[in-house]
Amino acid sequence: MIEHYLSLAVKSIFVENMALAFFLGMCSFLACSRKVDTSLGLGLAVTFVLAVTCPLNNLIYNYLLKEGALAWVPGLGPQLAEIDLSFLGFISYIGTIAAVVQVVEMIIDRFAPALYGALGVFLPLIAVNCAILGASLFMVERDYTFGESAVFGFGSGAGFALAIIALAAIRERMRYSNVPAGLRGLGITFIITGLMAIGFMAFSGIQL
Amino acid sequence: MLRKLLDSQAKHFEEGGALHLFHPLYEAMDTLFYSPPHVTKGPSHVRDALDLKRMMGVVVAALVPCMLMAMYNTGYQANLAIEAGVTPEGWRAAVVSWLGVSFSAGNPLACFLHGAMYFLPVLVVTFAVGGTCEVVFALVRGHEVNEGFFVTGALFPLILPPTIPLWQVALGIGFAVILGKEIFGGTGMNIWNPALLARAFLFFAYAGQISGSQVWVAPAGYTAPTLLATAMEGGKTAIHEVAAAGTYSWWDAFLGLIPGSMGETSTLACLIGAAILIVTGIGSWRIMLSLTAGSLLTVLLFNALSGSVQNPFFDVPFWWHFVLGGWAFGAVFMATDPVSASQTETGRHIYGFLIGVLAILIRVANPAYPEGMMLAILLMNCFAALIDHYVVQANIRRRWVRNAAA
Repeated sequence: MIEHYLSLAVKSIFVENMALAFFLGMCSFLACSRKVDTSLGLGLAVTFVLAVTCPLNNLIYNYLLKEGALAWVPGLGPQLAEIDLSFLGFISYIGTIAAVVQVVEMIIDRFAPALYGALGVFLPLIAVNCAILGASLFMVERDYTFGESAVFGFGSGAGFALAIIALAAIRERMRYSNVPAGLRGLGITFIITGLMAIGFMAFSGIQL
Repeated sequence: MLRKLLDSQAKHFEEGGALHLFHPLYEAMDTLFYSPPHVTKGPSHVRDALDLKRMMGVVVAALVPCMLMAMYNTGYQANLAIEAGVTPEGWRAAVVSWLGVSFSAGNPLACFLHGAMYFLPVLVVTFAVGGTCEVVFALVRGHEVNEGFFVTGALFPLILPPTIPLWQVALGIGFAVILGKEIFGGTGMNIWNPALLARAFLFFAYAGQISGSQVWVAPAGYTAPTLLATAMEGGKTAIHEVAAAGTYSWWDAFLGLIPGSMGETSTLACLIGAAILIVTGIGSWRIMLSLTAGSLLTVLLFNALSGSVQNPFFDVPFWWHFVLGGWAFGAVFMATDPVSASQTETGRHIYGFLIGVLAILIRVANPAYPEGMMLAILLMNCFAALIDHYVVQANIRRRWVRNAAA
């Protein structure tokens, strides 16, 4: 059992890295990777949000939205078992995510105002970070259990954090590089991301 | 006389001269023949007292044993195949018969000659295409032609199979020089090792010409899997069978007389190169040492687990791992690249160790690739800067505490 969770974690961190294998969450990946400290903050925030929303959405899906999910309601079970609410998936998952991001935002504002300033608009924008919604949708698609979705959420977040911190370190090292004028900033960052993805191809194909 | 000619032409290339646009070319010719008048001042090698040009020269010198072995072994493998019944054809056969040399695998000169006809075209294309890209960038962006390319250009042919189509060589080296190096600001600024990047690009784009069992021995249509692939499929028993049958012994693998990428087969040549790099202080012994330690520990771990796992690759002992595939070549020449590796001393230990672990991990645990060295190094290149960052931060914190206490 532990082995299963461990391999799921490794898979979600390295093999199916959110940023470098699926290229999800690119907006904040590219925009908040100028400094290692900022990207560490964003990475931790994303990890936390993912680790909370993924199991939460798992509960919502399994006990509210899935076809026949409402069968647990006392008394009305047999009638409600007919209902399939999965078309409400997107909006419910986004709702959960937005609520959790709101909480994280307040916590960071209170305890780490410098990070709050550095992340700027990208902190509330975690709510629409496709990596986070993507993790919830993957969770539904792959039929993860509650425990699996918690591990998967955490692993995806950790993978995203690892990738964005490495990118930030590379960009810090390149601060004095003489990059051609047309490529400075986002252009070269896109290329770095692509080359990092070649490095991460090392894991593709590992069966766990 | 050459000096006089160069000096007399110098004024045309100075600021304001008629041919100022071509100053990089003049400078390249000048410093190719004579010591440059100035030493490196820029940010790329601040930590080295040695001039960048000399440094690259030593690396190329350290690669000479590998290149000689590449030519000999390519020809040796090809001649073995011909002795086994493959008919030689194409321009190489014509040259060999014109020179009156045989296709005998027992004749070292014949092997060397035949192999050189496979290796040198790849080398020439690499330098022609990569050099052109480099010079165009130098002219347009106004920097000097850097010797960094000599190392990339010398490394790249060595990690290719002898049958690689030349247009792919051109494509790969063009990709690496432009996207891997020049747009990052040129020599000393690249994040990934350009030679490995070129190979990885070809590996993913044209897997058919750079993996499998058809490509490692030169004559077309001859199938010889690398020993590494044999080990992957059959584990220790398969290797021992090959050794017992007299096909390839451990010493063959150590000396480099096995099929594989042209320059990577000979562990002995890599060791000679390692000695040169370590004595001159150019290659980091820290990276090589910790890389070996990392691989050793990982192999021992897999060996211990091999009883309970189906994968036969788990039980291959470390003395085989170290002489198979590109492990030795990567450890000596690729991982120690001072630009794309970590730059702090502690960071180099961590960087090397993780490459060692990952290389074996990818080899053994990832069925998609029999070889793990290339991707392990490229992956750790992604994290080299991050390792440096935290090593420096830890150092700052330690001094902070020490000074606060004092």
